[in-house]
Amino acid sequence: MPASIESTLGIYTKALAIQERRTEILARNLANGSTPGYKAQDLDFKVALKNAQRGQGDSGIKLKSTSSGHLGTLPFVSSTKDGLFYREASQKSLDGNTVNTQIEQSAFSRNSIQYQATMTFLNGSIRGLMGAIKGE
Amino acid sequence: MSLFDVFGIAGSSMSTQSIRLNLTASNLANADTVAGTPEEVYKARYPVFESTLKGVTVANVVESQDAPLMRYEPGHPLANEEGNVFSPNISVVNEMVNMISASRNYQGNVEVMDATKQMLMSALRLGQ
Repeated sequence: MPASIESTLGIYTKALAIQERRTEILARNLANGSTPGYKAQDLDFKVALKNAQRGQGDSGIKLKSTSSGHLGTLPFVSSTKDGLFYREASQKSLDGNTVNTQIEQSAFSRNSIQYQATMTFLNGSIRGLMGAIKGE
Repeated sequence: MSLFDVFGIAGSSMSTQSIRLNLTASNLANADTVAGTPEEVYKARYPVFESTLKGVTVANVVESQDAPLMRYEPGHPLANEEGNVFSPNISVVNEMVNMISASRNYQGNVEVMDATKQMLMSALRLGQ
């Protein structure tokens, strides 16, 4: 049978993991809106999904964590390999903070809508499979 | 599951913003407190935020270094020999700006929490 559950649901579960990770990154940017010297970050969904599909960890952006306080990734590494990057400051602030609340908030809303959309697609696949199992 | 971490991140920010709001309230409340010597006068307090692995925290609370304001008021019970009293150098405008910034930040984090909750709820409804 060519259509295994893995191949049907695979892309969606990977996308969900990345979107969850992105929610976390954007939430941290918003939380640090008034922290001096904090640099806003984001991840490149395309790069992260490509990495995930190549099988580099389940989301493609996981790193080894040695403490429960670690987030499973190094948040302050500027790298395009795992899709993480620092956001370009739209306006320079005296304290070195590069968080633009408007940009972060819109990215956050957009990401949660995309998450909901992925969830809907995933739900559709599950329903399709359930229908096939039940023979409806 | 990383979505649960978002609650911790947004929560840490909410708690730091409420500390900031507390300090602003204390500064505003004491803006008119007078003292007989410049040393005894209330000093405005401000939080210093620090980014952590799990969001944000208040690393330190610093006292304003602004020199207190001196006022000639010989009839005041706290006046010194020269008839002067000292009041803290607090800018009410500055404090109001801090207050608005803190409350907007807090609201933003509440929205983050709300959106995350909806995302988690949709995950729980999968297959239904």
